[in-house]
Amino acid sequence: MDTTYQIATQPEDAKQDDSAPVVGLKDLHKSFGTQQVLKGISLTVGGGETLAVLGRSGSGKSVLLKLVIGLEKPDAGSVSIHGQDIAGLDLDRIGEVRKTMGFLFQHAALYDSLTVEQNVAFPLQHHKKEMSKSERSARVKELLAEVGMDGHLDKMPSDISGGMQKRVGLARALALEPDILLLDEPTAGLDPISAAEIDDLVLKLQKERHMASIVVTHDLHSAKTVADRLVLLYQGEIAIEGTFEELRHSDIEFVKEFLKDS
Amino acid sequence: MIDENAGTAAGTPTPWPGLILMSPAVTSCKNLIVGFLEWFGELGMFFWQVLRAAVTPPFEFREVYRQLDEIGSKSLPVVALAGGAIGVILSLEARQSLTRFGAKSMLPAAVVFAIMDETGPIITALVASGRLGAGIGAELASMKVTEQIDAIEASAVNPYRLLAAPRILACILMLPLLTLAADFSGLVMGWVTQTMAEPVSFYRFIHLGFKGATFHDLLPPTFKTAIFGLIIGLIACFQGMRTQGGAEGVGRAATSSVVLSSLFVIVADVVLVKAILILFP
Ligand SMILES: Nc1ncnc2c1ncn2[C@@H]1O[C@H](COP(=O)(O)OP(=O)(O)OP(=O)(O)O)[C@@H](O)[C@H]1O
Ligand SMILES: [Mg+2]
Repeated sequence: MDTTYQIATQPEDAKQDDSAPVVGLKDLHKSFGTQQVLKGISLTVGGGETLAVLGRSGSGKSVLLKLVIGLEKPDAGSVSIHGQDIAGLDLDRIGEVRKTMGFLFQHAALYDSLTVEQNVAFPLQHHKKEMSKSERSARVKELLAEVGMDGHLDKMPSDISGGMQKRVGLARALALEPDILLLDEPTAGLDPISAAEIDDLVLKLQKERHMASIVVTHDLHSAKTVADRLVLLYQGEIAIEGTFEELRHSDIEFVKEFLKDS
Repeated sequence: MIDENAGTAAGTPTPWPGLILMSPAVTSCKNLIVGFLEWFGELGMFFWQVLRAAVTPPFEFREVYRQLDEIGSKSLPVVALAGGAIGVILSLEARQSLTRFGAKSMLPAAVVFAIMDETGPIITALVASGRLGAGIGAELASMKVTEQIDAIEASAVNPYRLLAAPRILACILMLPLLTLAADFSGLVMGWVTQTMAEPVSFYRFIHLGFKGATFHDLLPPTFKTAIFGLIIGLIACFQGMRTQGGAEGVGRAATSSVVLSSLFVIVADVVLVKAILILFP
């Protein structure tokens, strides 16, 4: 179904190869004023792989995700998506790259003048113009059903709870069937049952659609469930990278403390 | 405080102690100028981005239509009211002075020309600066601080094309129409005022008023408001979309859009009045 835009954005078949990283970050630096937030982050994420990013509040996790999609520009270092460096692309060309990415904002960032249904329909309206109205609304319902929000089509974002907004945001991120999923705390503010449902959804998408995902989370249980690999940010650098078990057996003091409840 | 400064000035071997006294003023003045130039440069880049986005597909016709409706219906009542009030004032004033000079028969023409040449356009632009500057500025600013503009970008949609271009275009198209509405309302109220003092039919009032008027007198002043529309739309979108810092930022963006757009409308009017006098003598 989405072959058309995959061909458009990935002309070389080689890039479909599992071994080539879908997201590659090299030595990223980012400061705001005098505050150095990221001091040299290098990471890769392959197709079908989920990477969890952990770190204390304010450690730069959200900034890192925004660098990946180009909403923030790095002071140094590079971001490549499907092997293409996104630095210096103008808005329309980076848009082509972004069509293959789904982004969930930490505070959902729903359009407050649009209903839940219109929010999810927004990317489809702009990028799937060939879809008829009825096809589109069927697709929107399907997406909202996946996140358990299909009973709230006509509500305004201000009339639903934070956790519900988050789930609508996730449905919107999935609308274009991205092959890269960037999630900023998808389970924050959700009850354990909804959180587990979101985890299941992420796992399912990873299996079925071979997505590369980066999930920022404070929820260790969720990180353990969905992630193949985890990184822990500490003072602008990657303190440790590895599987959950590897992290748990680390001797680094900060890592031990961070994971002591798991 | 001045004594202190004078003391240091005397103690140091400076050719002109006055310079030191003035130096805070000089630096703040310099900062102001540098700040303004920076702002102006950024505004220029913003305009360029919007222009580029506006002339390349996909075109957001539906958004333009929605904004035309929004901007027109939002501003029409206030603009008409302001125009009407100006009509009354001009009619009263003109009556006073023209009676004194014994040129009372000139009254309709005086009112028509005063309204259509300058007062109608500038009042419309200033009222629109307030109404639209604050409206657009606050709307876009609140979208910015709640990351909705980032979300538009993340959905691979160009916010310059979706948000800025339709609003600016709608301002450009709407301002001349709003001006005509203000003019009309001004003429009607001018006539009402006149006819209460000295009955005259509306038809006759208009006939006398427009006698000797050519299109050259009336069209350029009306159409120059398209440029006011550009200024208002551009500044409001720019101030809104570059906002930072939460709810406070939204307030600041709304205020600064109104202040800056009214200011630039007046400055532009000076230039435009002169240009029209040169081009349409
Ligand atoms: N636009 C910005 N301007 C200035 N500083 C910023 C900006 N965005 C982020 N920061 C700073 O960067 C640091 C990291 O912010 P970030 O939002 O990435 O934290 P985080 O790890 O996501 O935290 P949390 O877990 O609380 O969401 C913070 O200290 C923040 O103040
Ligand atoms: Mg964050």
